[in-house]
Amino acid sequence: MAAPLALLLIVAVTIRAALFRTSLANLISERVEVVSPLNAWKRVVEGLALLDLDISPYSGDVFHETPMVIYLFHFLMDYAEITFMLADCLTAVALYLAVKDYNKQVFRKQKFALEADRIPMDCLELIRSPTEMYYIPLKVAMFYLLNPFTIVSCVAKCTCGLNNAVIALFILSTMRGSALLSAIFLALATYQSIYPLTLCVPALLYLLQRLYIPVNVRRSSFWFYTLQYLFMFLGSLLVLICLSFFLLGSWDFLPAVYGFILSVPDLTPNIGLFWYFFAEMFDHFRLFFLCVFQINVFFYTLPLSIKLKEHPVFLIFMQIALIAIFKSYPTVGDLSLYMAFLPVWNHLYRFLRNIFLVSCVLLACSALFPVLWHLWIYAGSANSNFYYAITLLFSVAQVPVCLSPSLLSSRESSSKTALFTHSLLF
Amino acid sequence: IANSYNRPTLIQLQNTREEEEEQQTTAQQEEQTKRWEATELEEEHVHDAAVPPLAGDPPAADPPSPPPSKDDFQEELVIRPLHSGDIYASFQFRTVWDADFMGDQKVSHYRLFPKSLGQVITKFSVRELHISFTQGYWRTMQWGQPYLPSPPGAELWVWFQDTVTDVDGTWKELTNVLSGIFCASLNFIDSTNTVQPSASFKPLGIGNVTDHSFLRYATLPREIVCTENLTPWKKLLPCGSKAGLSVLLKSEKLFHSTFHSQAVHVRPVCQDPQCRTTSMELRQTLNVVFDLHTSGQGKREWSLFKMFSRTLTEACPLASSSKVYVDVTDNPQGEQFELSPATPLLTQAVVLGDRRTYSVYDLTQQASFGSSRSLNMLLRWKMLRPLLHSERYVAGYGLQAGEIHTLIYNHHPYRAFPVLLLSAVPWYLRLYIHTLTVSSKGKDNRPSYIHYQPSKDRERPHLLEMLLQLPPNSVTEVTVEFERALLKWTEYTPDPNHGFYVGSSVISALVPSVVAMDTNSTLDRPLFSSFFPCKEEASYFMRVYTEPLLVNLPTPDFSMPYNVICLTCTVVAVGYGSLYNLLTRTFQVDEPSPGLAKRIANVIRRFRGVPLL
Repeated sequence: MAAPLALLLIVAVTIRAALFRTSLANLISERVEVVSPLNAWKRVVEGLALLDLDISPYSGDVFHETPMVIYLFHFLMDYAEITFMLADCLTAVALYLAVKDYNKQVFRKQKFALEADRIPMDCLELIRSPTEMYYIPLKVAMFYLLNPFTIVSCVAKCTCGLNNAVIALFILSTMRGSALLSAIFLALATYQSIYPLTLCVPALLYLLQRLYIPVNVRRSSFWFYTLQYLFMFLGSLLVLICLSFFLLGSWDFLPAVYGFILSVPDLTPNIGLFWYFFAEMFDHFRLFFLCVFQINVFFYTLPLSIKLKEHPVFLIFMQIALIAIFKSYPTVGDLSLYMAFLPVWNHLYRFLRNIFLVSCVLLACSALFPVLWHLWIYAGSANSNFYYAITLLFSVAQVPVCLSPSLLSSRESSSKTALFTHSLLF
Repeated sequence: IANSYNRPTLIQLQNTREEEEEQQTTAQQEEQTKRWEATELEEEHVHDAAVPPLAGDPPAADPPSPPPSKDDFQEELVIRPLHSGDIYASFQFRTVWDADFMGDQKVSHYRLFPKSLGQVITKFSVRELHISFTQGYWRTMQWGQPYLPSPPGAELWVWFQDTVTDVDGTWKELTNVLSGIFCASLNFIDSTNTVQPSASFKPLGIGNVTDHSFLRYATLPREIVCTENLTPWKKLLPCGSKAGLSVLLKSEKLFHSTFHSQAVHVRPVCQDPQCRTTSMELRQTLNVVFDLHTSGQGKREWSLFKMFSRTLTEACPLASSSKVYVDVTDNPQGEQFELSPATPLLTQAVVLGDRRTYSVYDLTQQASFGSSRSLNMLLRWKMLRPLLHSERYVAGYGLQAGEIHTLIYNHHPYRAFPVLLLSAVPWYLRLYIHTLTVSSKGKDNRPSYIHYQPSKDRERPHLLEMLLQLPPNSVTEVTVEFERALLKWTEYTPDPNHGFYVGSSVISALVPSVVAMDTNSTLDRPLFSSFFPCKEEASYFMRVYTEPLLVNLPTPDFSMPYNVICLTCTVVAVGYGSLYNLLTRTFQVDEPSPGLAKRIANVIRRFRGVPLL
């Protein structure tokens, strides 16, 4: 199994290295769909230039990376391309190993169910064969590495590739049951961009499930483990933030990074919902809608955890997707991470509604982004509404992609099948 | 009088001793490059000899058969910059025909001479006819004398031949006919505004008539001159408005002027110096004064295209001579302004008691048109070259990113000096300081001091200050890239597509001085020389402001905030709805419900007491 993965990595690196050498790299690195004010490489370079001029990079409103990133690239400036390619490979390998682990568990569960004869006859088609499951990790890695979104994001040197790597490592360490590493990587991801905070709950659920500790508020072992995990998570987060403080000698980065993410002052167009909404918002409602939109990301965590407490991996997937849709400065790199998980649920595709329509919409939107951008910004023959309409459609199309695997009540399948699938096969 | 008037007004200077002296004293260098025009007498000789040879004309323009009587056509344009800054352009078109209108034989074969006018002259036995249409008043105090004066409105004066018996009746008929020819209200001329001057209006052609009963003079001061008068006037020209100088006569520009006058003069002239036979001369003149100050953004530069919105491409093929004269008297050494294309031909003429120098363009020579096959004379005033000046502009296209270029010129031939450059750029143009490049003479020129303060959104602008060393005689280019921000819709000005202004950059410099500066501040000095304190003798302080920039930003659609709020909230609601659906839906196994027929059958069976289906 290592050989195909190695081949895949070589192909992916070759594509990226070739694109770095072409003039496309410059073109891509200025696309607003690929880079956002938060993670554009141009702004990282600007931050380093400011640091060279003895000016705090956070004194202006151009640089919004965390201090760790700026110190990372302070040393890796000349190896930036390699760093980003490595980050992509790391993500793919981590996802590959994580999904492999997860599949082992699913397979074990399936075997127990079969032996206990709990599976109704009309659900047999949902049972996955070992061959099928064998290829799923490779498919996941392939979905991540060869996804055009990941490739353009890497070629643009968008730092969301690094965030994806951290999240992938977090998933891997969670699957392996290493609570400490999981908490550290989660803290790192949260430190980079607040939103992965919501992944704390599914990780905890998974780790509890793995240790056979029931989720029960009356049980002391549950509380003990939860507090232990939260302590590790918050502790490492605190360490990271204090480290940043000692690196820079000031707390300037807190408003410049987290304030910037939460208050959305930069309305540069992107594929998300925020920019045009807040450009057109009436000033006295701005704070209210800002709260509504930001809470939207965190709001679903608790009910989803209650509903899907038996399926924490699926919950992780849903949370990542929700973050990608509802975060304030989304880029296509964020999309590529949750899209990589789609092969894991490929046995449920038959229950997806409108999957053809949704894929077509996503493809058409991806093609229309540059076209309408050109018409608005360069040709002047269209206005901002054209681009806005496409971002809107893109967001609408993403909702079923992340939710459909869970909405299995398609009319074709009998309700018995749905019940069974829902309870068992996530 | 008539003979002397008819003589060429241009006086040739080539062979006279005094002019040679003048050339030697004034224009030693010009002499090698410029030459004086050939003698006019030779041209006269050519006229007398035979059919005018049309040098450089295509063969198609030659007359198909030699006409029975000789005729000749000349065209000429004089451009004179006036002291007020206006430009005076004077066209003259002269047709001379060796035909005897006054004799008994009927003239019926017309070539260059307009038939409509010839027939009128014959029918009404006109000896001389002078008609002018003028819009505006010639301001002699500001403009000096025109070559051909005329009163505002319409003026008509006619000398009839002594064979005419009923002069008043013929006059009345003539005015009506001319009214038709020139589309003017000359039919309003009647006995109430006609006079017979006794001394002022002598005939300008040959013939020493003293009986002023054959003279009639009338003016219509109210006459408005416009396109409908110009078109028939142009129709009298042999080339119409198709070729030659007359292509410049487009009404949209001619009537957009301070003064416009067009005239037709018909008179008999001598054919040869001995005046044995007479010919008929038709002079059509058009004088126009352009106010290029108001229409040309206050610049004194002019060009043919700016004045007439046309350029010259060829001479009229029927013309024996076609020339453009530009008055360059005020520019003897060429230090005031320059004419382009330059012409080596110069001529001098005494006109109105003043000797003036003219550059001559001969349109019959193909060389005058150059390689572009079109002649657009333009005059540029020589620029002053200050030691330090600067330019600034925005480069790039589209509304996403751009580049600010600042060019700083050091015109000092051998001294380098430092300057301080300060730019304050608003926050909505996000500068990238790592893209800052400074180069002079193609080499990187590192600023020795940079102070940069990045902007804060909606709080403070960018501040960039640097100390640059300007090499002698060089251009230093400072470029920095920026990105345009999308603002909230309430942050735009009421006219957002006009663009946003970026204030001037400030360049402060200590410029090396040629003369020693006065450093004694206690001395009583004039106010204008004592504003900037002077610390050293060898240099003086100077401040230069660049142009402000006008930058366009991308704009949202201002008309639809409600639509955007509704649509975006709908998408969020779709997401919320889907999740709510997922969270609240429960799954349970349910038996399929029986059909309607079965249910009815079961009701009946229940009544009957039979087991249900």
